[in-house]
Amino acid sequence: MAALYSDVILERFRHPRYRGKLVAADGAHEDVNPLCGDRIRMELKLDGAAVREIDAVRYRGDACAIALASADLLAEMAEGRPVREAEGIDRDTLGAARQANIRASRLRCVTLPLDVFRTALAEAKRVARAATPPSGGTPR
Amino acid sequence: MTLGERVRGDFPILERTVNGHRLIYLDSAATAQKPRPVLDALRAFYERSNANVHRSIHTLGEEATELFEAARDRIRAFLGARYREEVIFTKGTTEAINLALHTWARRALQEGDEILLTEMEHHSNLVPWLLLARERRLRLRYVPVTDAGRLDLEALDRLLSRRTRLVALTHVSNVLGTVNPVVEIVARAQAAGARVLIDGAQAVPHLPVDVAGLGVDFYAFSGHKMGAPTGIGVLYGRRELLEPLEPAFGGSEIIKEVWLDRATWNDLPWRFEPGTPPIAGAVGLGAAVDYLEGLGRRVVQAHDEALVAEALAQLEGLEGLKLYGPRDPGSRVGVISFNLPGVHPHDLAAALDAEGIAVRAGHHCAQPLMRRLGVVGTARASFGVYTTPEDVAALTEGLRRAHEVLGLGPAIR
Repeated sequence: MAALYSDVILERFRHPRYRGKLVAADGAHEDVNPLCGDRIRMELKLDGAAVREIDAVRYRGDACAIALASADLLAEMAEGRPVREAEGIDRDTLGAARQANIRASRLRCVTLPLDVFRTALAEAKRVARAATPPSGGTPR
Repeated sequence: MTLGERVRGDFPILERTVNGHRLIYLDSAATAQKPRPVLDALRAFYERSNANVHRSIHTLGEEATELFEAARDRIRAFLGARYREEVIFTKGTTEAINLALHTWARRALQEGDEILLTEMEHHSNLVPWLLLARERRLRLRYVPVTDAGRLDLEALDRLLSRRTRLVALTHVSNVLGTVNPVVEIVARAQAAGARVLIDGAQAVPHLPVDVAGLGVDFYAFSGHKMGAPTGIGVLYGRRELLEPLEPAFGGSEIIKEVWLDRATWNDLPWRFEPGTPPIAGAVGLGAAVDYLEGLGRRVVQAHDEALVAEALAQLEGLEGLKLYGPRDPGSRVGVISFNLPGVHPHDLAAALDAEGIAVRAGHHCAQPLMRRLGVVGTARASFGVYTTPEDVAALTEGLRRAHEVLGLGPAIR
């Protein structure tokens, strides 16, 4: 029979590459999908006060295969990339990476990690700017 | 021939296919499918008698009023209520509970009073009380759920006190299927001086319900879970409790006379039914009552119990499947929650849907109960009068193959 989920989703769900936590994250955010109770947490580390690049992204949570695979793909798309580029990741770019058409009832499984990521990134930018002056002053 | 096999043909929707498979609808606890007599009653109402009720001095108006009020009488008998004044139409269980809150509870409860709920409540019978508790500084207490999926009745006695003014609980758990011992709880609650409100949303489709026999003060239920359309439900309230209450919501119909600076209130039950009521919905609910009673409510109950026994026997045999709720088919209804290790309930539901099997997955609007069970969510299969042993077998087979369908591993034994 035709595969229910794309190979990319299944591969990422079974063998996640970015699941885990960061020791010293600049920003983190966690939220739930009120429809199903799924929970995703994302943690980000930037390249310092210049806030140019995303050094590391990790996520964890209690969620379905689509949400976890989306989070994993999102982390891959963002890690090591310029902040501005990562801010441009949206539902469509993420959808293309997932190689699957997500039904309307599961769309929130994709947008939850995306929303969590954006909030975590905004916080990371704030924290990174405040914590490490460009002169390399005292850490917080 | 089982009841399900006999009546399947009454439900036109069951003829359709889903993803190339025969539809196997196991989500009746969310909403039940509608039998042809209900659909026919709605159509006949709109095609022949549609008019507004109560104040139309023309033939259609009189017919509509007659049909609407006749539905109330049928529901009175169906519930075992003594008086038609005790049957208030609402748009569903949630509105019915909120109506009891805004009419009775806001008047009766004061700061420091306690409301006793249970850990297995649907959010509909929890969140309204959270709001009232915050506003009135009330204390909410909860009867715990045991590992066997039942209410801890010993704790009930400890939790009931002079301050308990209301005990509000579900008749049947929408997650565990547990049938709570309402008669016993009512006796203990009323001995402590508390009123009792029952959320009957999951009980009326499966069990004979007799509100006078149960001795409850309020009983709320929805039509759509028992074959009626959406948008119609009922709050039953004992007449002597309702009689002194003021309307909760203003509008037409609830008044006797209106001046620019005051109004007097209509009689029961119309005092609590502002605006044009869901007339066709009530007619449809009356038809759904007739349909269920035509099948025989004891027959429906026995059918449900047999399906539960069959389903539990099959599901218990599936390697690793985690089942929630009582194992005794006699103390529960056809609402069965489960989890397959390593598979998120939503993914499980998607795997079953690929084979035409509709189940629900998630927290089932019972997040405190999910925390008690230690899970984010469960998958849930629930039965209706049209459910057949073949449907149950298809569920078992679907679960057996879910890992394979999802690409997560081989089928289980």
